[in-house]
Amino acid sequence: MTLASMARKYEPRKPVQGDKVATSAMIASLAAEGYDTVSAPFGHALVDLARKDERIVGLTADLGRYTDLHILAEAMPDRFYQMGMAEQLLMSAAAGLAREGFLPFATTYAVFASRRAYDFIAMAIAEENLPVRIACALPGLTTGYGPSHQATEDLAIFRGLPNMTIIDPCDADDIRGMVPQIAAHDGPVYTRLLRGKVPTVLTRHKPDYRFRLGKAQMIREGRDVLVVASGIMTMRALDAAAVLAADNIDVAVLHVPTIKPLDTATILEEAGRGGRLVVTAENHSVNGGLGEAVARVLLTNAVTPAFRMIGLPDEFLEAGALPTLHDMYGLSVAKVAEQIRGWL
Amino acid sequence: MRAWNIRRKALLMGEVQGQGYIGQALGIADVLAASYFHALEYRPEDPEWEGRDRFYLSIGHYAIALYAVLMEAGILPEDELQTYGMDDSRMPMSGMASYTPGMEITGGSLGHGLGIAVGAAMGLKRKKSPALVYNLMSDGELGEGSTWEAAMSAVQHGLDNLVCLVDFNDQQADGRTTDALARVPEEAKWAAFGWHAQRVDGNDLEAVVAALDAARNLAGARPRVIIFDTTMCKGVDFLEKREITHFVRVEADEWAKALAVLEKGKPS
Repeated sequence: MTLASMARKYEPRKPVQGDKVATSAMIASLAAEGYDTVSAPFGHALVDLARKDERIVGLTADLGRYTDLHILAEAMPDRFYQMGMAEQLLMSAAAGLAREGFLPFATTYAVFASRRAYDFIAMAIAEENLPVRIACALPGLTTGYGPSHQATEDLAIFRGLPNMTIIDPCDADDIRGMVPQIAAHDGPVYTRLLRGKVPTVLTRHKPDYRFRLGKAQMIREGRDVLVVASGIMTMRALDAAAVLAADNIDVAVLHVPTIKPLDTATILEEAGRGGRLVVTAENHSVNGGLGEAVARVLLTNAVTPAFRMIGLPDEFLEAGALPTLHDMYGLSVAKVAEQIRGWL
Repeated sequence: MRAWNIRRKALLMGEVQGQGYIGQALGIADVLAASYFHALEYRPEDPEWEGRDRFYLSIGHYAIALYAVLMEAGILPEDELQTYGMDDSRMPMSGMASYTPGMEITGGSLGHGLGIAVGAAMGLKRKKSPALVYNLMSDGELGEGSTWEAAMSAVQHGLDNLVCLVDFNDQQADGRTTDALARVPEEAKWAAFGWHAQRVDGNDLEAVVAALDAARNLAGARPRVIIFDTTMCKGVDFLEKREITHFVRVEADEWAKALAVLEKGKPS
């Protein structure tokens, strides 16, 4: 329970009045107004790959339908393992399959992989550098179900784990691009996942954009502010940049989908161009995620621009509807624009 | 004789470090001897031969016992015995796959082996391999929830190529296992989960061999478990009688005494 809600536990409430009432049941897909969407990009990309590579298998812990792995289960049932509601087993069994030469994709929610199954990922998978791909839905604040489902510290947890490659994709373009690249990678991978109807954002802003494992890419140039963003916050930053452009504030957006290993060369090069405010933006706690990783790279290389972080506070977050929560915790387009404006 | 050799090597390694999980090694020696010299298919010169039976040591601190059997089997050279637990050794105190030929997995964080074995058994079935996966675990690991996740899954996936070996010596770090979480009869618990379960005296070599044969030859798509009741420090009577045997304190002069006791009981 969060401290704020605890303090109001015994206050009676009345239903909110109005035409458009937001509820926490809106968790199926991430709302991104104005963008086209693609259905289950992870599941379809995995099926395409599995048709070409016999070694690909998929496993889940009772969340096939909620991680888009059901696309594989339906298309190629003999390549799919239902492991039941048992995340420790899910990771151990994936390790066992990898030991026998297969390329397992194990799916669950980000909270369950990072909190419940951590020791199994650390010892059975990462310590032996096995090629297991852990793909997890509901990253950061993408559900209104409260702390039980909100993985606000998954990146911090996995950044501490040697050998682990970590991806925080922005959209369907990233997800479709990354599946074959992480499959070809020699070692374990943790990727956050957007599931259901997933917006196509990056190619709208930069038609020749292609995901490249380990690379940060400039999506939008700008002379006043450099936003270094990952995951859905790249989408928010791009939309906020359009809002700020109307105020004559020119915002660049550097998209960093690979959190580890970090593309330090590109980050240093861009942040080193003097005069720009550098703002990191992540759908994650400000503890231990992209922002702190970027800060370390800058400071240890004596690159010291004005620096701010947009991210989730060091708190257990409230339950509620996502649009409400994104406004409350500063992840909405309006709040991102407002914060940047305030820092200039 | 093999079991006696394993005990002797384990004592010699224990003497190198002056300490160690020697109680477990002496207790499990008969099971390891029967496994490596009766049950398992492997090629000493090629420890990663694709057709081998996999032997997973879930209990990392039993490494001293596995090193002894790997030497006896010719997978590890015997002259490295003196490096046990030393810097740059291939035989660290807790077993790790990346250090030692023949050490299949990194054990030690308890309750991991059986789940990995489930995945490997699924993988072997995908490859249509006749190889079996053996997972050696301790009675203490019966307290880990992940063990039972794996136990349910092995039945669900019909893993008749999986054999779980449980060393039931009724000792864990803080005392007796049956005083902690394993009071209910274990063979009944495994049987209720859908496994073929046997329970035998793990220090009776003939009984161990018979149980391993029964597990291998069983018809029907069920995973198999053998619970071995063993005596910690078996074969060295004055150590068997020590009360706390999980991590045996052996004084410097006692290693020679233990070896002498073992020598007296050497099979002809």
